[in-house]
Order: sequence, then structure tokens, then C-alpha cells
Amino acid sequence: MTPGPANPFTFIGCVELRQTLDYRARDERELLDRIDEVPAGSIFYHSHGYFLRHRPVTTAYGNDFAAWVAGHVRDQMLAERLASVNPFEFSNLESLREELASIIHEHLQHMSSVPRVEFGEVFYFQQSHIVEVPLGPGVTTLAEFRTGLSEVDASAIYFHMVEARARLGRRSGDFAEWIRTSLALPELADRIERIDAYMTSLERVRARVLSLVDAVLEGEPA
Amino acid sequence: MTKIDEYRRVAPPGVVDIILKLAEAVQGRRLLNLSGGRFGGGAAEMLRTMVPILADLGVDTSWEITGGDPGFYATTSALRAALEGAERAIPDAALEHYVEMNRVNATKLRLDADLVIVHDVQPITLVDERGPGRWAWRCHFDCSRSQRRAWTFLRPYVDRYDAAVFSLPKFGRRLGVPKYVIHPSIDPLSDKNRDLAPRDVTAALRALGVPQDRPLLVQIGPFTQAEDPLGVVNTYRLVRKYHHVRLVLAGTSESDRESAAILAELREAASHDDSLLVLELPPDAHLQINALQRAATIVLQKSVRESFGLGAAEAMWKGKPVVGGSVGGLTHQIIYDVTGYTVHSVEGAAFRLRHLLNNPELIARMGAAGREHVRRSYLITRQITDYLALLIHLTR
Repeated sequence: MTPGPANPFTFIGCVELRQTLDYRARDERELLDRIDEVPAGSIFYHSHGYFLRHRPVTTAYGNDFAAWVAGHVRDQMLAERLASVNPFEFSNLESLREELASIIHEHLQHMSSVPRVEFGEVFYFQQSHIVEVPLGPGVTTLAEFRTGLSEVDASAIYFHMVEARARLGRRSGDFAEWIRTSLALPELADRIERIDAYMTSLERVRARVLSLVDAVLEGEPA
Repeated sequence: MTKIDEYRRVAPPGVVDIILKLAEAVQGRRLLNLSGGRFGGGAAEMLRTMVPILADLGVDTSWEITGGDPGFYATTSALRAALEGAERAIPDAALEHYVEMNRVNATKLRLDADLVIVHDVQPITLVDERGPGRWAWRCHFDCSRSQRRAWTFLRPYVDRYDAAVFSLPKFGRRLGVPKYVIHPSIDPLSDKNRDLAPRDVTAALRALGVPQDRPLLVQIGPFTQAEDPLGVVNTYRLVRKYHHVRLVLAGTSESDRESAAILAELREAASHDDSLLVLELPPDAHLQINALQRAATIVLQKSVRESFGLGAAEAMWKGKPVVGGSVGGLTHQIIYDVTGYTVHSVEGAAFRLRHLLNNPELIARMGAAGREHVRRSYLITRQITDYLALLIHLTR
């Protein structure tokens, strides 16, 4: 996407096609080893991708690794530490992989035995292929952007706020970038860029962006 | 208005628009489904729903079936059982005949398509006759514990595909081709799942002879060891010490001796207890199953072996908490402590039923969470989205 007055903003939804890999873990040592080995796309799937799949009714752990350790290995201490890793704070997936591996490594150094699955399920590493789906005609004004954002499928929030930043290298996210460069509203862009997408839902992120946009449209401080 | 528009009122907002856009994107590409038949559950049930919707969306879709002589069917049936882990001795000559029959099938079928999706075992060797299009094997069952000889026979065929698709990561095996994951789904507008008025539910239950005078525990499923109906009776006996409940076990009986013995034992138990009802239903009793699930206070799916087990999703769609066995796809459908409980024993199931019956506010809360969970994850709209994404991904 190259935003600009002649280049309206087009909302893009996405569909995640999941691929299962031949990597699995039955205990925390194997989890550590596999995290070191799997393709970076798998680290992305189990961390950032959690945000696309997570819904308020599901138990929130922030990433699949923490959810598995809590729910299947029943090691709450490691689950808490993994859950506190905010994937959005890392500039690349290798740094995120290193952090996850370090946490597990440190944890295992203090354990007399390796916690493993007894009655739960093995962890299966996966990755995904994102199919982009352009939604509707482009918008050219903030009011049109507001209307479009309120109606699009939640996957569009994920695509522009998460996928664009973490996998496509557009660090500001598409909403902030377009509002900054095409609408010349840098303060609004900065506020949208600072929204903490971690540990919340796509619908809450949508509501937060809408409230910031509404404040500008109504001439109030955002 | 297209058929897919009817799903707008039940699917998550925006999903139908995504499907319409995906359908636009695959215009000009041909999708062919190959399966072993048009009747029954599993692949055929899914295709009966999905193919007309795709055709209505303007996607060039067709569905062909393979067939053969009695020996062909006997071999494919034994092969499927062996792939699901049962002991079967299949002579080499029978396997050769099966492959040969599929060569004959190939001469009668138009196999040129941009993507050919081959469902389950019967048509799998048709990949020998593949053309330039992409081919994917869709395995609808759990083949992770296949008998070694059966898998050794099958694997070279699977490796000739461009991809395999499983319902869960744990259902697959190591392969030389990419393995994708697509969960099965329920059709919320079918007779088994569509909304029913309370008076229709009452009428259906009256016709089945099920009184609605106390909390109703319901398990739907075949009377086989895998579904553990005798374990459900033992669970109910633990619960009834504390709660005045009624148990309904409804399902179809299989033709084998084991299933007949289980059914006889259940009937014997029911003959001494008018709060225990055993209903043998015909395979097309969709509305009756729908009514029973809607009338239930809590639905059980206490399987000890299970493939994906969509009965849990059906019950959750009707706003019911589910207490299910910790096996197969049940652990993925039931979110522990949110939409129900997965359990490992009769005692565990009884404990969770008592827990819910003692805290009725949990029943309502879990029921609502379950319906929302199914809306997002297990409706046919999500599955259509996944198949269109697969078509785009494999043919780009």
C-alpha cells in the first residue's frame, strides 16, 4: 500500500490458512529446542497470530506457548513468564524467538526435573499463510475512513495493525501511516500508533481507533 | 440474494463479505471434489452443504464420486479401519484390485481442474492419473495411529499430492508434502442446527416420549464403546444421588455384535429406571436431535475415543455447556471452564455435572460463551473461507 491523496486507503481483510509442521513438544525442554529450530513464521503464528484467533471467550495468555504451558503442562510459573512477553515490543522475530528461548532456559535451570505433559496434549508447531482480501472501494477522507473501519471484518484490524507491522515491516501500522501521510494528521497518527494491541481483542482495538478518530472529527482533543 | 447471504444473520459480521470477495478472486479456476459417495456423514455431509453454496457463489465447482464392485468397497472399508488403528489383514491381491478399480474410475471421470480435492480413502489412488492441476488429499479422520502396513501402502500415494489437509494437527502423520489444517464445521441453517420455536421443541420431545419435568442431561451419539454410553449411565447414577435429573441417550445402533450388546445393556438399565431413556433414532432424525439438544440442560459427549466429534459444537451452538471426554477434537471445541469441561473419568464427568447443576448461572454463562465460540470457529462459513483460501494458495 502506498498511501497518498491519489491513492485512497483500501481496507484489507485476511484469511489465515494454517499449516502444521513436523515439530512438536512433549515437555518444556523440547519446547525450548523446537523454538530454536522452527521457521520464524511459526514463532509469528504462535505469538502475533494468537491475536487474530483469540476471542474474549477464550482464556487469554497472550501467546500459544504460554497457553500450552499453563493448560497442558500445568506449570503456572513458566506460563506467567511467557505470557508477559509482548511480541509487539520486538523489532524482529529472531529477537522474539531469543527472548522466549531465554525465558524457558532460565526456568529449566531452576527445576529439578523437566515439566512435561501428563494428561494434556502435545504442542504442535504450526505456521500460517495469509490470504489478503481487499474490502470495498478505497476511502479518501477521515469520515469515510471512520465509516469503513466501523464496518469491516475484524481480520482487517489484524492485517493493518499487526500483520503490517510485524511481518510486512510497516512499523507504524497502516492506519497511522495513511493518516499521517495522506491526511496530514500527525497527532492522530501518533495516538493510533501508540495503541497497545497486546492482551486485548481486535474489537477493542477497533473501538479505540474509532474513539480517537471521533474525537478529531468532533473537534475535540483525542 | 445468494445462498450465502442467508448466513449473514448467524455468521460473525463481515465474514460473508470476505467470502464474496474470495469467490470473486477464484473466478476462472475450477475446483473438483472427489469422494467415495454422496450419502452418510463425514466428507459427504460436508460436501452436500458446501458444494451448492460454492456453485451459488459462482465458483466453478463439481463433485464426482468413485465406485466399484463389492470387493472394492470391502477393501476400502478395511483400509479405512486400518488407517484409523483397527487390526485388519488386507491381502495384496485385494489392494491391487482396489488400485485397478480406481484406474477404471479415472477413465470415467473428468479430472482436469485447477485444484482437485480428494476426500478420504476410496479415491486416493486416483492421484496416479493426475493432470497438470494441483491435487490435495483431504483426510477427514484421525490417521495418527494407523496400522503400519496400511500406512506403508498409502503413504506413497499421499506423497504424490501437492498437499494434505487434516482436521487437527494431531490427526496427521509425517509426510513429504505440506500439511494444512481445516477444522470441520456445522451448518447453522440445517435441520440439525437451525433455530426451533419452543413449541416445536416441546412437540418433538412429546413425540419421542421425553417428559420435560426436570433437568435434562442428553448425550447424542452411536451406541458404541467409543462414545461410552455405559459410562454416561454410571455418571448419571452418581449425579442422581444429589439431583433429580433425567438422562436421555439418543443415537443410532451399529450392526456389529458389540454395539448390539451395549444397546441391550442400556435397555436393561432403562427398564429399571424411568428417568433413564434410551432412544434409538433413524439416521435422518435431524430435527429430533436438534430438539433434544435444545431441551437439554447440559449436553454430554463423554467419548473415550473420538475423531473430531462435532456433536459438541452442535450443542454449544444451541447455547448448552458441554461435558466431554478429553479426546480427539473435543479438547479443541470445549474451552475448559469457559464453554464446558473436558473430563477423564466417570467421576470427573459426574463432578462437573453436579458443579454446573449447583451453579445454574454458570450454565447460562457457559452456554452463551459456547455459542459465540462456535459462531467464530465452527460454522460452515469459516470452513468455506478456509477452502477458498486453500484454492487461492495452492493455485496462485
